[in-house]
Amino acid sequence: MNILLLAPILAPLTAAVLAALMGWRRLSASVTVLAALSVLISGAAIGLRVGDGAQFGVGRLLRADALSVTMLVVIGTVGTLATWASVGYINAELAHGHTDRKGANLYGMLVPVFLAAMALAVLANNIGVMWVAIEATTVATAFLVGHRRTRASLEATWKYVVICSVGIALAFLGTVLLYFASLHAGASSSNALDFDVLLTHAAQLDPAVTRLAAGLLLLGYGAKAGLVPFHTWLADAHSQSPAPVSALMSGVLLSVAFSALLRVKAVVDLALGTGFLRIGLLIVGLLTMLVAASLLVVQTDFKRMLAYSSMENMGLVAVAAAAGTKLAIAALLLHVLAHGIGKALVFLAAGQLQAAHDSTAIDDVTALLARSRLVGTAFAVGLVVLLGLPPFAMFASELSISRALAGAHLEWALAVALLLMVIAFAALVLNGARMLLGPPDESSPPIAVPRSVAGALITGVILSVVLGLTAGPLTHLFHTAATLLGAAE
Amino acid sequence: MTQTTYTGALDLAAGAFLLAAVLIVWRRELRAIVRLLAWQGTALAAIPLIEGVQQRDAALITVGVIVLLLKALALPVLLGRVVGTEVGERRESTPLVNTTASLLITAGLTVLAYAVTRPIIALDPTAATRAVPASFAVILIAIFVMVSRRRALSQAVGFLMLDNGIAATAFLITAGVPLIVELGASLDALFAVLVLGVLTGRMRRAFGDTDLDQLRELRD
Repeated sequence: MNILLLAPILAPLTAAVLAALMGWRRLSASVTVLAALSVLISGAAIGLRVGDGAQFGVGRLLRADALSVTMLVVIGTVGTLATWASVGYINAELAHGHTDRKGANLYGMLVPVFLAAMALAVLANNIGVMWVAIEATTVATAFLVGHRRTRASLEATWKYVVICSVGIALAFLGTVLLYFASLHAGASSSNALDFDVLLTHAAQLDPAVTRLAAGLLLLGYGAKAGLVPFHTWLADAHSQSPAPVSALMSGVLLSVAFSALLRVKAVVDLALGTGFLRIGLLIVGLLTMLVAASLLVVQTDFKRMLAYSSMENMGLVAVAAAAGTKLAIAALLLHVLAHGIGKALVFLAAGQLQAAHDSTAIDDVTALLARSRLVGTAFAVGLVVLLGLPPFAMFASELSISRALAGAHLEWALAVALLLMVIAFAALVLNGARMLLGPPDESSPPIAVPRSVAGALITGVILSVVLGLTAGPLTHLFHTAATLLGAAE
Repeated sequence: MTQTTYTGALDLAAGAFLLAAVLIVWRRELRAIVRLLAWQGTALAAIPLIEGVQQRDAALITVGVIVLLLKALALPVLLGRVVGTEVGERRESTPLVNTTASLLITAGLTVLAYAVTRPIIALDPTAATRAVPASFAVILIAIFVMVSRRRALSQAVGFLMLDNGIAATAFLITAGVPLIVELGASLDALFAVLVLGVLTGRMRRAFGDTDLDQLRELRD
């Protein structure tokens, strides 16, 4: 089991070492794609082995259960698409002089480190180690956000590092307080932060200290998940990052940070009852949706528009977690996977648009469907996925989340959330239609699509359609994860 | 060490730790601020050292020595280098809140820290835990410094102070988190500061100055 649990962490790390030694080459970039794919494959293999329980590795440092498997599938799928598209994207950036050899080498090394850190975060049993891994993603992605080295990207990087570091520092304080409470609940100092130990001692945790810890953890991991009040880094970082990195941050990093909150919630709910975090998650989630919806309406930049759409979805995920029933948690996990793939599609397509127009203004892009069948279709499919329309999976997940909210007697939250979703929907449709439709203009630049980007886009479209038709064995996985997290029926 | 000297030494360290934070709010000159940060790092390292001597715990003393090297020496030297290259701009530009108001707010935050930490002290009323309001006050003051100062370097100082405050809390209430978490957290902090250091260098080349007021291109 050790080897299998270590594979999703070591495979990307190996790719990173290779990239560090060789620099940006076709071989090192291909190995990175294979490493991302092996995260997905080992995730599936672990899923077959763990079943309904949990397995431990490396002296209980690592833990695999249905939630880790779900997150590994998300990391592996979106990671494969993003690293695949990176090959063509970075070569084009090099050809256009937007980056240099050194920048490309750094990119090739940091992306697999980023993947490894996320895999460690979802596989850690010790929630202190989980924190270390999530903070490591900030360090790994800092120079990825600032890849282009323009003034705007430097500004985005600075805000990203400062805001996320402060947020995540609060999560560390929360972790320390939880450790303190766990020690006083009778856990031994060597394993007091282990997830399974925390679960068994949860009932004895001091309520007052746990409340303080839970509040700090919600704020801290919320910062990394793009939730209010530390959300201000998100649009800047997503809009300035190279497109494949935006896809990874938006599609995976946000949900990895949120999965940390789900683990915390499982412990805190046992200690304090479900009421405490439910209120916190509802406030944070609905406020996030409010901020995202209002900024979507006035948006003039398509990458920022996609970033705010991610915020809106994370807000909805937080609201679903507040409902907390099995139906809600399973739907939330499906939502995260479908959103990850859909967001990867639109961000990768947006990267080609940015390369063609050298701009990210919505006004500069028209007649996308007529100008490039592939990029246009991928962007359109991605948008429809994000809009939550059938036959795609986010339709099913949003429907289940609504049912779960009604079932948990949170009709008012459902009403507010639906209203905000309608506003966001309208904004996305209007801006999307402006970009996709219309007659092609003679003066608009041609949209180049490198082979690897084309491959990633086509695969993403196929995956979205398949996931919309059937979630297959994943449905069982999501329900198992919800049960493990102690969700009520 | 007798119980009285132990308590006295611990309170002295926690007091010096908080005092350094207050002085950082008071001073404007970046060099002085970096020096104060080194003093704060020393006071922080003193906490595990005192506890280690009292409990005759060699591991805790080792952690104390590492913290001393990292927080009192390595990180301030690193920051000092960044200041050293900022010729002619070594003072904090006019902060958003003036010094008198800042100090009053600091006092208010310290009182708030006492209120917030009551459940922690109630759970485990030992000498070390009783000093925890000081470390919480430093955390709150650090956040205040980060929102009220405009120079990039002052924000980095605020971040280090926040990190110190959290580390001190961990040492006071639990005699430190497990070693692997402690190591990981220290490494992350070191990398974060390195990243901020590189970024200030790049920003100075791009903006000519690292006043955060210049960072206003991205907004909605």
